[in-house]
Amino acid sequence: MLTLTCPYCGVAADETELAAGGEAHLKRFGPGSTDAEFDTYMFARENPKGVHFERWRHAYGCGKWFLAARDTNTLEVFGTYPAQSSAPPQHIRDAITAKRPGWTWRDFA
Amino acid sequence: MSTRLARGGRLINRRKAVTVTFNGRNYKGFEGDTLASALLANDQMLVGRSFKYHRPRGIVASGAEEPNGLVNLGQGGGFEPNARVTTTEVFEGLTAESQNHWPSLEFDVGAINTALSRFLPAGFYYKMFLHPRSFWKHVYEPFIRQSAGLGQAPKARDQDTYEQFNAHVDVLVVGGGLAGLQAALTAGQSGLRVLLIEQSAHWGGRAAVDDPLIDGTPAEFWIKTAVQRLAALPNVRLRTRTMGAGVYDHGYALAHERLTDHAPEAGKPRHRLWRIRAGKIVTATGMIERPLSFAGNDIPGVMLASAVRDYAVDFGVSIGDRTVVVTNNDDAYRTAMVLHQAGLIVPAIIDARVQADGALVRAARDLGIRVETGRAIARVKGGKRVTGVTICAHAGEGSGLEDIACDAVAMSGGWSPVVHLWSHCGGKLIWDEGLAMFRPDATRPPTGADGAGFVFPVGGANGMLRTADVLTDAVAVGASVSGQAAGDVPVAVDSEQGAILPVWLMPQGATLKLRQKMWLDYQNDVKVSDVQLAAREGYESVEHAKRYTTLGMATDQGKLSNINGLAVLSGAINTPIPQVGTTTFRPPYTPISMGAIAGVARGDLFQPVRKTPIHGWHEASGAEFEPVGLWRRPYAFLQGHESAHEAVNREVLNVRRNVGLLDASTLGKLIVKGPDAGRFLDMLYTNVMSTLPVGKCRYGLMCNENGFLIDDGVVVRMAEDTWLCHTTTGGADRIHAHMEDWLQCEWWDWKVYVANVTEQYAQIAVVGPNARKVLEKLDGMDVTKEVLPFMTSADGTLGGIAARVFRISFSGELSYEIAVPASQGRAFWDACLAAGAEFGIQPYGTECLHVLRAEKGFIMIGDETDGTVIPQDLNLGWAISKKKSDYLGKRGQERSHMVDPKRWKLVGLETVDGSVIPDGAYAVGTGTNANGQKNTQGRVTSTYFSPTLGKGIAMGLVERGPERMGEVIPFTKGNGTTVDVRIVDQVFYDKAGAKQDG
Ligand SMILES: [Zn+2]
Repeated sequence: MLTLTCPYCGVAADETELAAGGEAHLKRFGPGSTDAEFDTYMFARENPKGVHFERWRHAYGCGKWFLAARDTNTLEVFGTYPAQSSAPPQHIRDAITAKRPGWTWRDFA
Repeated sequence: MSTRLARGGRLINRRKAVTVTFNGRNYKGFEGDTLASALLANDQMLVGRSFKYHRPRGIVASGAEEPNGLVNLGQGGGFEPNARVTTTEVFEGLTAESQNHWPSLEFDVGAINTALSRFLPAGFYYKMFLHPRSFWKHVYEPFIRQSAGLGQAPKARDQDTYEQFNAHVDVLVVGGGLAGLQAALTAGQSGLRVLLIEQSAHWGGRAAVDDPLIDGTPAEFWIKTAVQRLAALPNVRLRTRTMGAGVYDHGYALAHERLTDHAPEAGKPRHRLWRIRAGKIVTATGMIERPLSFAGNDIPGVMLASAVRDYAVDFGVSIGDRTVVVTNNDDAYRTAMVLHQAGLIVPAIIDARVQADGALVRAARDLGIRVETGRAIARVKGGKRVTGVTICAHAGEGSGLEDIACDAVAMSGGWSPVVHLWSHCGGKLIWDEGLAMFRPDATRPPTGADGAGFVFPVGGANGMLRTADVLTDAVAVGASVSGQAAGDVPVAVDSEQGAILPVWLMPQGATLKLRQKMWLDYQNDVKVSDVQLAAREGYESVEHAKRYTTLGMATDQGKLSNINGLAVLSGAINTPIPQVGTTTFRPPYTPISMGAIAGVARGDLFQPVRKTPIHGWHEASGAEFEPVGLWRRPYAFLQGHESAHEAVNREVLNVRRNVGLLDASTLGKLIVKGPDAGRFLDMLYTNVMSTLPVGKCRYGLMCNENGFLIDDGVVVRMAEDTWLCHTTTGGADRIHAHMEDWLQCEWWDWKVYVANVTEQYAQIAVVGPNARKVLEKLDGMDVTKEVLPFMTSADGTLGGIAARVFRISFSGELSYEIAVPASQGRAFWDACLAAGAEFGIQPYGTECLHVLRAEKGFIMIGDETDGTVIPQDLNLGWAISKKKSDYLGKRGQERSHMVDPKRWKLVGLETVDGSVIPDGAYAVGTGTNANGQKNTQGRVTSTYFSPTLGKGIAMGLVERGPERMGEVIPFTKGNGTTVDVRIVDQVFYDKAGAKQDG
C-alpha cells in the first residue's frame, strides 16, 4: 500500500485513493506511423528493477492525473509532478541522481 | 499423567472454576486458563490427528506456534475451525471438538496410513496421482478431497459482527514483552503517537516465567510498573489480544484484535481489523523455541521445554511426573529446575553438547539433577503417550545405551527470532553461526517512501537472548524511532549462558529407520527422511522442497518446522544454511478471521447501491431487479401471477402496439464544453462530432488505441461550444475517466471541460406508436415530426416540468427520451403514466429493452463487444469517418489482423426449428485444432425469444458472416448436440425503418 503525494492538492494519498495508469512519458503514435513505432507505443514497456516513472490518478481525491518517480525495488519515492510534463522536471532528476547516481530510464538520465 | 499442581499458576484464578466441553466431555478449568492448559490439567494430552498418517497428536507448545492443538470451536453460527487450543482462553460453556479423526479421536481408522507410509512418500500427490489419467476424476480426486483439510468449513452464517479501525500513528510497537514495553516507554516519552499491541492477553512475554531481576525487582513487578507508566501517557495506546498480522508498503500494517473470543456474551464485535499507517514499526515479536529431530519426537508427551515451563509457572499444570529434558543449549535447564522445584522428577537432562558448564547447567547440577552430556535421545517409546526414552551417544548412529522411564519429554533445539514482520516487506536476514539462528540484517531493512528503513526489530526478535541485552536494545531502538538520545537502561540480572551446539539430527548419524520417525512438520506429517528424499530427487531449492514435501504449508505455516527443515535440506545437499535460505514469510502472522477482513461490508453494506429517482416506484410496482454496475435496474415489471418471461413478452408487444415507459436515468451523461470540445470529440469518437449542428443528435462509437470498441451512445450538440455525450450505463465513470486521461495527459493545452452529470438528470424514454400522443397530452412543447424530427433535440416543458427532449430510438419505434432534473424525475414518471393511461402505457424493463434492440439488430456494448471487437466487425463502418486523419483507435484498426477478411463479423442468426440458441454458443467448424478440439467458426453474442416474431432470434460473430447469407451452419447446444442455424440479416424487424417516425 503505497503512499504518494498528489502534486495538485498536496494530499499524501493512500494507494486506495489512487488509480494506477502504467508507464509515464509515452509518445503517442497514430495514423501514418510504422508498425514498429505503433507496436512500441502500444506494448513495449520498461520493466526496471529500480528507477521508474509511472502515471497515477488521484481518483478518489481531486481527480487529477500526476506522475511519480520511484524505485520499484526499494519503493522509495523520488517525487511526484504534474502529468502535463513530457519529461521529468530537473528537480526530480536531481532528486534521483542524489540517490541513484548514474541512473538512466529510456532516453532520460 | 498431566495434572494440576497444588500450587502455582500465576495466570489462573483458582477461586473461579470454569467448565469447558471437549469432544462432548466436560473438563474443569480455572479462569485464566487457555483451552490447552485446562485440557492438560485433566490429563487430556491427545488433541488431534495429523493430516497424512492420522498419528495421535498432543500439545507441543504454549503459544501461537502450536501446530497440533487445532479444534473446531463453537457451534452453528459461532462455529470456527482450526482454533489453536494454546491461544484460546476458556470461558464457561466453551465447546470444542478435535479434527481430522474418524470415527473417534481415540480410535482412528485413517491411522492405517502410518503402516502404509512407505507408499506415501514426499511428493506422493505428484507421484501417485499422475497415472492413469482416467483415474483422476473418479478415484484420486474424491480420495484427496475426503482427506484434505484439517478443519471443516462452517455451514451456518456467521452470527457475529466484526469491524475495522483506521489508525495513524508515529510508532507502532508489535509485541508487549520486555522489549516492546521498554521500546514503547522510551518512544512514548517523546510525545509521539505510539500504539503498542500484544497478541496474548498478558503483558511481559516470557520474562515473568523466567523471572530475571530488573532494577532490583522481580520481572513481574517491573512489567506491572511499565504498563502503568505507559497507560499514564496520553499519546500511547495499549491493546492486548491484538496480533500484528502483516507489514506492507510504506508503513502500512494490519493488526487483528480479538475482542470477545474470551467473553462471547459481551455482545460487542468479535474481531476488529486495525488498518494502521505507521511512520515507524518496531517489531518486538520475541522468539520461538525449536523442536529437536529425534525418532518419536511426535509422540504425545514430547513438548517444547519452554512450554513445559510455561504450563507449570503460568497455569500450575504438570505435563508429567517424570520429565526427561533434552537440549543443545542452556535455556532448557530452566525447565528442569522449575520442575524440580515444583517437586516433580527430572530423571535426566540429555545434553547433546560434550561440554556444558554455564551458570544454569551448574545450578541444575547443584540441585542434584542428573546431567548427561554428549548424549542424545535415540528414540521415544510409547504410542498415544510417552512411556520412556532410549538414550545414545549423540556422535553415533543411535545404538541404545540406556532406557529411561518417563511420561514427558521437554526438548529444546535453540531459539529462532520471530522475523515474520521484518520480512513481510522485504527485510533481509543473516545467519548467525554462533547463535545458530536467522536474525534481521540491520543493513538491509524494508524501506519506506523516503528510502530509509521503517521496520526496527528489537530484543528477541533481533536475536537478543539475555534480558540486559534486550532492554539495552529496546532503549536504543525506542530512542532512535522517536528521534531522541538514548536514556537510562534498566539494570537486569539473569544467568549467563554457554554456547549452543546446532543439532539438526539427533543423534547426528541417525540411521534411516530413525530418520523416518523424526518429525519436522507435525501438522502436515513431514519427516526428516521426506526432506532428504526431496533433495535426492532434485528439489534443492528451499521453495521447491517446501512444496514437494508440504513442509511448513499447514495452518501454522511452519513456525516450528521451517528452520529445522531447511537445515536438514542444507545437510542433504551439502550447502551452508545461509545459501539455502528461508522460504518467503507472508502475512498474516497467524490466521485472521474472514469476518474481520470483511468488517461491516456484508449483506446490504457489501457495496453501495445506486438508485434512480424512480427506484421507489419500481420497488412498489412488481419490478424484478438486476444489477447493472452498482445500479439496480428493473429487469421486468411482473403483473399478477405472470413469470418474468411472460412479463417481458407482454412488455415487448405493448411497446410495439401501444406505448412503453422506460427509466433510462442510469445512462451516462457527460457534458463536454469549451472552444476545443469539437476537436476533442472528433478524436474520441470514430465519426465526426464537430460538424453536428446545434440541436442535432448523432450516434457515436468510442474505441481505445487498440481499435477495440469500448462504448457507444448518442451525442447531442447543445450549444456552439457544448456537447452532451450519452454513454452506456456501465460506462459513465469509465468514459469520464477516459476523457480526463486524454485531456490531462495528452492534449493538456486543449480548452475543454468535462462534467459528469449522470445523476443530475432523470431520463425517461416514452416508446411506441402512441408515444407522441402521450407527450401531447402532457402538453407544453411541440413534439410533432415537423418541429422535432428524428435525431433532434429541443428544450421546453412537458406537464409543467422543465424537459430536454431527444428524438432518438433504441427500439425502432417512435421514441422520445426526456431528461428532467433528478428532483423532478419521479413527478415526471407519474405524469407520463397518468397521461398515457388511455393510450395503453406500461413500464418496461431492461430485458424488454434488450429484445427490442435485438429485433432491430442494434448492438449492445458487452454483448456484441468483449474488448477484442472492432466496429468494422459489427458492420458499423458507416459510423467511422473516412475523412478524419486521426481518432483514437484509427491506427490500431489499420493493423493486418484487423483488416483480415477472415475476421468473425456480425450477422443475424435464426434456428431452422425456431428455437432459441443458447447464449455464447459456438458455431462448429471443420477439422480439429492442435489439442484435438473441434474448430469453431463463430459464436452467439445475443439471443432472445422474439414475441414480435414468435420465434428465437440471435446475433453472432461468424467467420466471413456477411458473405454467407442464407447458409445453414451448426451451433453447439451445450449438451453435446448441435442445432442448425441460418445466417440472416441482423435486422429482424422493420428493416425499412418506417416505424420510428410514428
Ligand atoms: Zn489530488
